[in-house]
Amino acid sequence: MGEAVSLSLSRRHEVARALREFLPARAVLFDEEDTRPYECDGLTAYRQLPMVVALPETEEQVRRTLQICSSMNVPVVPRGAGTGLSGGALPLGDGVLLSMAKFMRVLRVDARARIAVVQPGVRNAAISEVAAPHGLYYAPDPSSQIACTIGGNVAENSGGVHCLKYGLTLHNVLRVRGLTIDGEPLELGSEAPDAPGLDLLALAVGSEGMLFVVTEVTVKLLPKPQCARVIMASFDDVEKAGSAVAAIVAAGIIPAGLEMMDRPATRAVEQFVGAGYDLDAAAILLCESDGTPAEVEDEIARMEAVLTGAGAVRLAVSRDEAERLRFWSGRKAAFPAMGRISPDYYCMDGTIPRKRLAEVLHFIAELGKKYGLRCPNVFHAGDGNLHPLILFDANNPDELHRTEQFAAEVLEKCVAVGGTITGEHGVGVEKINQMCTQFRPDELELFHAVKRAFDPRGLLNPGKAVPTLARCAEYGRMHVHRGALQHPELARF
Amino acid sequence: MTLAALQEEIRVAAARAAPLRLRGGGSKDFYGNEPRGELLDVRRYAGIVDYEPSELVLTARGGTALAEVEQALAEHGQCLPFEPPHFGAATLGGCIAAGLSGPRRAAAGALRDFVLGVKLIDGRGRLLEFGGRVMKNVAGYDVSRLVAGSLGTLGFIAEASVKVLPRPSAERTLAFEMAEAPALDAMNRWAGEPLPVSASAWHEGTLYVRLSGSAAAVQAAAPRLGGSELADTVAFWRSLREQTHAFFSGEAPLWRIAVPSATAPLELGGAQLLEWNGGLRWLRSSLSAQEIRAAAERAGGHATLFRARDKSAGAFTPLDPVRLRLHRELKRAFDPAGILNPGRMYAQF
Ligand SMILES: Cc1cc2nc3c(=O)[nH]c(=O)nc-3n(C[C@H](O)[C@H](O)[C@H](O)COP(=O)(O)OP(=O)(O)OC[C@H]3O[C@@H](n4cnc5c(N)ncnc54)[C@H](O)[C@@H]3O)c2cc1C
Repeated sequence: MGEAVSLSLSRRHEVARALREFLPARAVLFDEEDTRPYECDGLTAYRQLPMVVALPETEEQVRRTLQICSSMNVPVVPRGAGTGLSGGALPLGDGVLLSMAKFMRVLRVDARARIAVVQPGVRNAAISEVAAPHGLYYAPDPSSQIACTIGGNVAENSGGVHCLKYGLTLHNVLRVRGLTIDGEPLELGSEAPDAPGLDLLALAVGSEGMLFVVTEVTVKLLPKPQCARVIMASFDDVEKAGSAVAAIVAAGIIPAGLEMMDRPATRAVEQFVGAGYDLDAAAILLCESDGTPAEVEDEIARMEAVLTGAGAVRLAVSRDEAERLRFWSGRKAAFPAMGRISPDYYCMDGTIPRKRLAEVLHFIAELGKKYGLRCPNVFHAGDGNLHPLILFDANNPDELHRTEQFAAEVLEKCVAVGGTITGEHGVGVEKINQMCTQFRPDELELFHAVKRAFDPRGLLNPGKAVPTLARCAEYGRMHVHRGALQHPELARF
Repeated sequence: MTLAALQEEIRVAAARAAPLRLRGGGSKDFYGNEPRGELLDVRRYAGIVDYEPSELVLTARGGTALAEVEQALAEHGQCLPFEPPHFGAATLGGCIAAGLSGPRRAAAGALRDFVLGVKLIDGRGRLLEFGGRVMKNVAGYDVSRLVAGSLGTLGFIAEASVKVLPRPSAERTLAFEMAEAPALDAMNRWAGEPLPVSASAWHEGTLYVRLSGSAAAVQAAAPRLGGSELADTVAFWRSLREQTHAFFSGEAPLWRIAVPSATAPLELGGAQLLEWNGGLRWLRSSLSAQEIRAAAERAGGHATLFRARDKSAGAFTPLDPVRLRLHRELKRAFDPAGILNPGRMYAQF
């Protein structure tokens, strides 16, 4: 056994021993078979066994865990359910993986104040479940909502199919309680509007677990709309469907949901769930209206007119709740369906201005031909948030290589048309190089300064989301020399 | 005026460690603590840069008059959903830096919810861009929303992109004779029902509820609520938004108390006007800042000394030590020389 290995082993035992002073044995894992389940998040191509996994159950235990790690100079990676798609919860080999999974209690539902106070490990969907008896719900609904946690949602600023009308996590969280890396308690935002001082809550939402550990969240609950109906609009041309999206919004309509799927996507999904999609259409749009029955009737009629005017060849309006849910079931099952038709798929997450949808979709289709790879599109069209899914086989090195180049070109295009490399999945480790494309050194430097304000020694989830300037310089050189962006390993689902 | 010239001015001030007082239209000079430093008038950097109604995004330079922005939106049937107060010749940059939202906040969201991106000149004179013009963007920390409400302490907002929305096609206001406690009850109950309530207020025994949305929705909701119809709905809400309502005139200090909306009536004496389903309670009172802030804190909120001749108590509720440290660290990150609007938010930075 080499000296380095035995050193790291003794380090592991030292850290584990320190944590066991206040955590029960079952809450401190370090044997490989126990830490293996934590080696990756939803971006499974990146794997790393953590040195130690800690599973505290109380805020006091989290505080002490952080204090121990801080005093021993051990980096900490927080983790919720591990459904993240950018490697945000990827462990560090010399670090503690801090699982917040045991924080599963709903602390308070106040129907009159329309809020819920929950622990960070509570699943997104569970909040709406406890709010339902009061006619209320929690609006942001990521497709992963049955599994992902509110702590992870806060860290990623997650969205869902209804965020065009109801906002992202940011718009639906009132207050977050947390602990800094030194174990100091922190309250950001408040149940009262406009908390005093700088809006630290805005900074915290979407900070990818790099500023502090979330230990409690107060979310806003909304009244459940009385009814909802969805239109399935078929187009014989993908670009026409893209233009129809802009036309709906231009007509002054904010649909409750506005999603697009192209034919490769509907075909893949249909054989899997039987959602009743029009498989002849080059693309379909799902446009939902919600509100009072009168409002919905009115809005559906207006949307039908716009869609027809934009060249829809067929419209089907859900006749009842069962049909509405069936139309959505295909959309929600789209990712797993891809796993059935391809050994691997790689999900991108760029956002672009709506008016560029048609152009960028065309660009992606051309790239698909250039690289000889299939690339179905299933995405939040109303927000301009693309999710091209490149299908490939990771065991074929050439396909993997082509996928990397394909993805890089798409993300660069998103930035070039005035968009962003990530709309909701976060940067994590996955898109860290593309941050160098989107931001200039001064801006990256400021991000690092923000991080230092919360975590001066860089112990909380280090190495994620914001690249060092040295890394960007290196990346820039590679970029110029090889004429193409390099990706590390890609997703294997 | 060019950006380069503004950057240079800030760079020079930083080198001299000479405080700058960033100012747009001066409409919010009264807000926060007393402005200090050499005046940097930013109205010269003005103009709408980009506005595409179908994108629901407007981008304008910081010195652009807020009225000009709203006029451009109105021409396309759109609006700033957070109904920011002008209080005079406001600029867009000043509006975002002040971070104040108007009557529709409880229903539509706060100003910061609609900020999509900013171009900022920081305290070193560096031009930095955060966020963008798209609806969803999680690349990097959300600095553009941190800048909203920062009162010019982090940088000059050279340009901002905001999300806009279609103007509701129908609007009506209903009035109800009601005491404060039942009014709070009604506001919070209705906010929990699927009704198109877009604003609420209570003052001197009358509850006002505005319904906005499609004609169908407003028509269906009004009879369910009852009450009597207010004749001039636009003028009434404008008088709250712009504080031209009689409640806001006079000399007594004006407090802006924010509490969780369902909080029972605050027993503080003095005249009160409630907004945002009870989340915002305006108070005219000469009670000490300590008494008022203690009452707000007991209710889980905070109190801002909004308009007053004497602001020696500090405009804003003091921060706890951890948050104060973070504020100072962030200030150092954006403005190491501490020259941008020093003391405007808190005396300590
Ligand atoms: C099939 C599928 C569909 C998806 N659909 C969507 C979608 O529609 N919209 C969308 O936005 N995302 C979607 N995602 C991505 C993912 O579900 C979200 O990013 C989610 O918010 C992650 O939550 P989690 O609990 O799994 O967090 P994790 O993956 O465990 O962690 C994510 C990040 O949060 C940090 N973190 C977690 N808990 C805490 C805490 N308590 N304190 C501080 N930091 C913390 C971690 O360090 C990490 O950086 C999808 C993922 C999958 C697999």
